[in-house]
Amino acid sequence: MGTAEQLGKTELLDLYRCMVRIRSFEEHAHKAFLKGGMPGFLHLCSGEEAIAAGVMAILGDDDYIVTSHRGHGHLLARGGDPNRMFAELYGRVDGYCGGKGGSMHIADMSHGMLGANGIVGAAVNIGTGAAFASKYRGDKRVSVAFFGDGSTNRGTFHEALNLAAIWELPVVYILENNGYGVANPQSDHTKLKDLADRAAAYGFPGVVVDGNDVLAVREVAAEAVDRARGGGGPTLIEAKTWRHWGHFIGDSAKYRDPAEHAAWLKRDPIPAFAAVLVKGGATTQAELDDIQTAAEAEMDAAIEYGRQSPFPDKSELTKDVYVGGGA
Amino acid sequence: MRTISYMQAVAEALILEMRRDSDIYIAGEDVGKFGGSFGVTGPVYKEFGASRVLDTPISETAIIGTAVGAAAAGLRPVVEILFIDFLPIAGDELFNQAAKIHYMFGGQVSCPMVVRTAIGAGIGAAAHHSQSLEALVCHIPGLKTIAPSTPADAKGLLIAAIRDDNPVVFLEHKLLYASKSEVPEGDYVIPIGVADIKREGADVTLICYSAMVRQCLAAAEALAGEGISAEVLDLRTLIPLDKEAILASVAKTGRAVIVHEACLTGGFGGEIAAVIADRGFASLKGPIKRVAGPDTPVPFSPALESEFIVNADKIAAAVKTLF
Repeated sequence: MGTAEQLGKTELLDLYRCMVRIRSFEEHAHKAFLKGGMPGFLHLCSGEEAIAAGVMAILGDDDYIVTSHRGHGHLLARGGDPNRMFAELYGRVDGYCGGKGGSMHIADMSHGMLGANGIVGAAVNIGTGAAFASKYRGDKRVSVAFFGDGSTNRGTFHEALNLAAIWELPVVYILENNGYGVANPQSDHTKLKDLADRAAAYGFPGVVVDGNDVLAVREVAAEAVDRARGGGGPTLIEAKTWRHWGHFIGDSAKYRDPAEHAAWLKRDPIPAFAAVLVKGGATTQAELDDIQTAAEAEMDAAIEYGRQSPFPDKSELTKDVYVGGGA
Repeated sequence: MRTISYMQAVAEALILEMRRDSDIYIAGEDVGKFGGSFGVTGPVYKEFGASRVLDTPISETAIIGTAVGAAAAGLRPVVEILFIDFLPIAGDELFNQAAKIHYMFGGQVSCPMVVRTAIGAGIGAAAHHSQSLEALVCHIPGLKTIAPSTPADAKGLLIAAIRDDNPVVFLEHKLLYASKSEVPEGDYVIPIGVADIKREGADVTLICYSAMVRQCLAAAEALAGEGISAEVLDLRTLIPLDKEAILASVAKTGRAVIVHEACLTGGFGGEIAAVIADRGFASLKGPIKRVAGPDTPVPFSPALESEFIVNADKIAAAVKTLF
């Protein structure tokens, strides 16, 4: 577990609140999806909250993030509005994309969030491009690209990281390694134990971190973001974690060893961090319970907002294909 | 008016726009120090240097994928994919990302970028450096596709493409690079989506674009000697398609022959034929003809490659079947 000493109580509780809000968002989405009425696929990040919370805590307002199909947590941690997120998950007009994107394509330009993505690993190139824009303009922004272990086997991963290296771009690659590319275990898709080792091929640092330890994630992310902002180029951070559910809701994840799954559940990042906070005297269990209760109430209201938002008008189908219309 | 080459016209458009807007950068394989494999970007690099004309590794997905990210973050990339044959390598970045982010993100994000790429056969470059894959691009909503046939059109349309807030694929036929014609100096913009009658005629409309415009003009000249007056309609832009210009010309002549170098099946000519059949059927005096490449890869041997490429004789022969 990373160290809590250098952070104030507000920062510590913000990290906790962030994780709890993500978990609650995902649980609400999960239940609603099973109940029916929420279309499409749903890829939950339950169990991986510490990565979103830890990384986002050190980004500036002007920085960019790009994410994957498993991106709810990233947007929430970045300051996204859960009302608009749920509305998007329901395909409604008040959603971030007016209902045109859904869970896999939420974007929020007001938070420098250049989109979740339905193509595995697409964020790697897009985040690299946003980082190029920052370097080109000299505006000192940093881009963070989130993607999973499966992405690292795509050629695009190689092309983007190599380009970022030679152009010395201000980008941080956050590899959320939950052990499976859909159902394909890491041992079947790579000979490497640590995927961060791949960074050596590009000549920049690769760091392994416990992705279930929010303080440890925050620490390595802070170092990488500082390095990027200071002109030191990219870093690849491999955050080892575990998804509590299958690849998507409907995937029972029978391909995973039940004992391994049970062991990882015991390492749930939220209770682990709660224990650090309470045992270290930073806060009380009652205070954490209040955070939990507030998050539940917030998401109860948010999902209701989303569910009650109207569907887009049918005329929306053909709008925004092109900027300026036409064609 | 001065006369310059197609290649010089493209470079001039790039230079003028880059002087006007510092958000424009160029990236691609050997576009900088080497000057571009066809020599197009050499003068641009000379003026703007490596900070705005960036050599990339041989990494098509990174060239287009990073352009998408840079465009989303506010820049206006003009990237080069050396041959259109390499464009499918970056299929995700162009078809799934650039084309869709404006729509799927509900209009929040735009992707103002240009992908310049060379098309066409005729230099003995065989199956992997000679294709005309414009139909693949035209099929994807969100992309615009431009295929100019003259230096003036290349300049005016490239400037329009760079100023457009959408992803535009700009097709330069490699056989046209050395061709010369009068090109207006200074700021010269041709609106995207407007076809141009390159030769007026009364009896048949030859609908074409890119290098096939020259072949159609040659065919029209030959046909004139045989008493057939052919109109040559240069589409210039494929998406958005100037359907009204096509229908107006066919309404006038009553006959339509669609010409492209790309393979026949699934080629863009089928779409043009469908537009005419749907909305211009009443004015037709005969069947709509398509003159296109055969459904084969582009062969290497000069004897076979010349057989692959549509030429004026084949066009004229197709026209004569309508009379």
